Amino acid sequence: MDFPLFHLDFIGNRMLIALTAIIHVIVNHPMAVGAVPLAALLEWIARRRNNPQLDKLAYNFTFVIFIITTSLGALTGVGIWFTTALVNPDAIGSLLRVFFWAWFSEWIVFVIEVCMIMVYFLTWKSMSLKHKSRHIAIGVFLSFFSWLTMAIITGILGFMMNTGNWVPYIREWSANSGLFTAFFNPLYLPQLVFRTPFALMTAGLFFMFLTFFFTKKEDDLRHKTVRYLSAWTLVWLPLTALAGYWYWKSIPSFMASNAPIAMTTQDYTSWYPTILVILQVLVIFVILISLLGIIRSRWLPRVVLLVPFIVSIALLGSYERVREFVRKPFVIKDYLYANGLRVDHYPLYKEGGILPYASFVSTSQVTESNQLQAGQDIFMLTCSRCHTVGGLNSVNKKFKKLFPNGVWKKEQLSSFITNMHNIRPFMPPFPGNDRELDALTAFIIENQDRNIRVEGAQTAGFTKNE
Amino acid sequence: MNQVPVPHDLELQLPLPEGLLKILLVLLFLIHILFVNFMVGGVTLSFIFEIIGLKNKKYDALAREISGTVTVNKSLAIVLGVAPLLAINLAYTTYFYSATSLTGIAWMMVIPAVTIAFLLTYIHKYTWDKLENNKFLHLTFAFMGLILFWTIPLIFLSNVNLMLFPSRWTEVHGFIPAVLLQNVIPRYLHFMLATIAVSSLFAVGWFGRKKFDVNKHLPGFSREEIKYNFYLIAFIATLMQFIAGPLLLFTLPVYGISITVYGFILLGVLAAVLFMFLVWYEIRDNKKTIGRFFWTVILLLTGTVISMAFGRHYYRERAIEPHRQLVETKTQELYWKSEAARTRLRMGISKEPAKSAGQAGFEKNCAVCHAKETVLVGPSLNEIFELYEDYPEGIVEWSKAPEVKRGGPVMPSFAHLGDEELLEIGKYMLKAAAE
Repeated sequence: MDFPLFHLDFIGNRMLIALTAIIHVIVNHPMAVGAVPLAALLEWIARRRNNPQLDKLAYNFTFVIFIITTSLGALTGVGIWFTTALVNPDAIGSLLRVFFWAWFSEWIVFVIEVCMIMVYFLTWKSMSLKHKSRHIAIGVFLSFFSWLTMAIITGILGFMMNTGNWVPYIREWSANSGLFTAFFNPLYLPQLVFRTPFALMTAGLFFMFLTFFFTKKEDDLRHKTVRYLSAWTLVWLPLTALAGYWYWKSIPSFMASNAPIAMTTQDYTSWYPTILVILQVLVIFVILISLLGIIRSRWLPRVVLLVPFIVSIALLGSYERVREFVRKPFVIKDYLYANGLRVDHYPLYKEGGILPYASFVSTSQVTESNQLQAGQDIFMLTCSRCHTVGGLNSVNKKFKKLFPNGVWKKEQLSSFITNMHNIRPFMPPFPGNDRELDALTAFIIENQDRNIRVEGAQTAGFTKNE
Repeated sequence: MNQVPVPHDLELQLPLPEGLLKILLVLLFLIHILFVNFMVGGVTLSFIFEIIGLKNKKYDALAREISGTVTVNKSLAIVLGVAPLLAINLAYTTYFYSATSLTGIAWMMVIPAVTIAFLLTYIHKYTWDKLENNKFLHLTFAFMGLILFWTIPLIFLSNVNLMLFPSRWTEVHGFIPAVLLQNVIPRYLHFMLATIAVSSLFAVGWFGRKKFDVNKHLPGFSREEIKYNFYLIAFIATLMQFIAGPLLLFTLPVYGISITVYGFILLGVLAAVLFMFLVWYEIRDNKKTIGRFFWTVILLLTGTVISMAFGRHYYRERAIEPHRQLVETKTQELYWKSEAARTRLRMGISKEPAKSAGQAGFEKNCAVCHAKETVLVGPSLNEIFELYEDYPEGIVEWSKAPEVKRGGPVMPSFAHLGDEELLEIGKYMLKAAAE
């Protein structure tokens, strides 16, 4: 990691990325991928039944998704680039070099999608009279492109988990060798098959939620629309449940083929079964809501409609952990660790330390007098991409869990740090030499009972390493 | 270059030839910035016309028409910004990432700021009728959006400026010092004037097109009047560039200046002068025929913009070239040092005494929590020795299904290692404790 070190010691760097990504997925799945086909369907029904009120309602739904996707949705998408690059430039810089053309194609599809959503929404009224069927066709076309964006991104996320046969040569580009196999990895299909009905189903719930704002209580339109939407939601539910189960079943074999040790860790055994529980909770809620919507839409309080969304977030989040588990400790398998350090450079760092090769920290050697400062620099270089000193996922709390009693001893900490990658297979090994390990433990012990925060380069700047 | 940090670069090769990447960057960036101009300029003009519209209703309609174009232009600005963002990430990795890190908070705030700015423009656009009688509130929405739209370019500018000057990186702690570097403000001025000029020309074309029904959408205006007004705004804004431009050029740190840079800029100025003449000619000729040279005007401006963009590009190249060579050397150095260390490691390994399977297994799976004498997470080997002396099978049984014995974390099961390996490990543990 030879860049000025951006660091958020309170919420942690990973949380910054996670928040952006979560918002993006919440907007993208129900409100773009799922909502556009549903809006087009409603528009089509309105036309066939000659129901201008329903058409107006579908227009209002589209208005809401247009506003949200073109602001929050689009910006959080760009935000993922912003935050990941800020937090781990080595990772993003390298991944961008490897997968540039995949991303470039994705970008083209994305441009088309954005243009189409504008055309679809902004011409709704002007095309209403003469060109209604053409307008509905635009909706169908847009649906396809929204889905295609998701299908490509799912593949990109897939091959970031497993770079296939890709072999990194220094200054020699050979990125495409394993692209295909990596793209269509064993989790690709279950994931895509799951995400599709999931998006369609949650779109139904989202529109139901909106119906309550755009129609009046005694209105027949409300009653009818909620019934349509409940039926729609129920149609996609079994597919979502089945695909979700398939996805869940595919995880262990995929894990086993990639990181056998991950399977046996405590973390894995605790989160893996919970996915199924969350999936079941979601299914039950959706069944209850849809049935109520069909039988007695009047009794359906709109706040309840938010519950499946919260459960969905939890579900998607837990599935996402698969990616975390499989990929770690690497960003690119056997090439780059999650801490932004090259696997190949480890022997060099082990010999002479990592400090002499870091240009944006204040110390270049551990000495008697600079132990704590050097320790902090080493923390920033080797731990800070995932951990904080005193905030979320802090090393302090991690060690408090391991050694709850008494003042920590250097031997306890250094023995753990030296070997942690063996029992925590998602952790990269500690890269520095013994003196640096000493400084790092000194820094951590010094702050055992202090509630301190470390500033990143964005506020503290940096002093040049001499 | 004493205080200059010289980092090593990423070692992976670029995914496409560097020259091609840079041409792509310059061109894709221009298209992006064109729509940014339409967006920021559109918001600005709309705001001004809405204020004028308080007295003269017909300008309110004009403001509304302009704000309608922003809806599309702003989304295109975003989506077309992704490609140049990725291209600059690739072409100037060390420089771009260093600059964004050092101004990290402001950089990160771009995302919520643009989101909020967009939402404000939507509120502003879709409450035009509803707030007809509360213009103050309506204008307040526009104004808040305007402030954001005027601030965000400053964040981008300060970054792409900071990345050019590694020698200044040590001084910069955050966004404000980055803005205060000598030439950011002139650059900003230059950009904002261009924004006004470009969006005005867009308005000439957009409202001047044949298909646009002026009488219906902008009652009280004639097509010629609209063209005249926007031409005039573009003319004045560009005239001011003849102050802002030189101001920027002469505050640019000297590192990047070269004949090529001057050449491109002069070419751009030449096209701009011709552009000014032609626009002036159109304005003076305020008749039915106004706008007949519109596409020539656009062509000349395109010439200016492309020349300036390449001038800017060669400035950037020249400014970082010496540093880039140092970085290149450093990267090579690290590569060879690292290669040497790997070789030493490979040779060194053969000299180490071979470890028994038990020792290797212990170090891999157990050493993190158990040491010979000290109590780490779990008990020391000495304690274990007392419990299981001459009974390694007991260690095997325990480690397959550990129980809670004392405070702290529970030991996980190691059943997956298999009895055979566990027994080896157990034997080694007892042996090590006895030594």
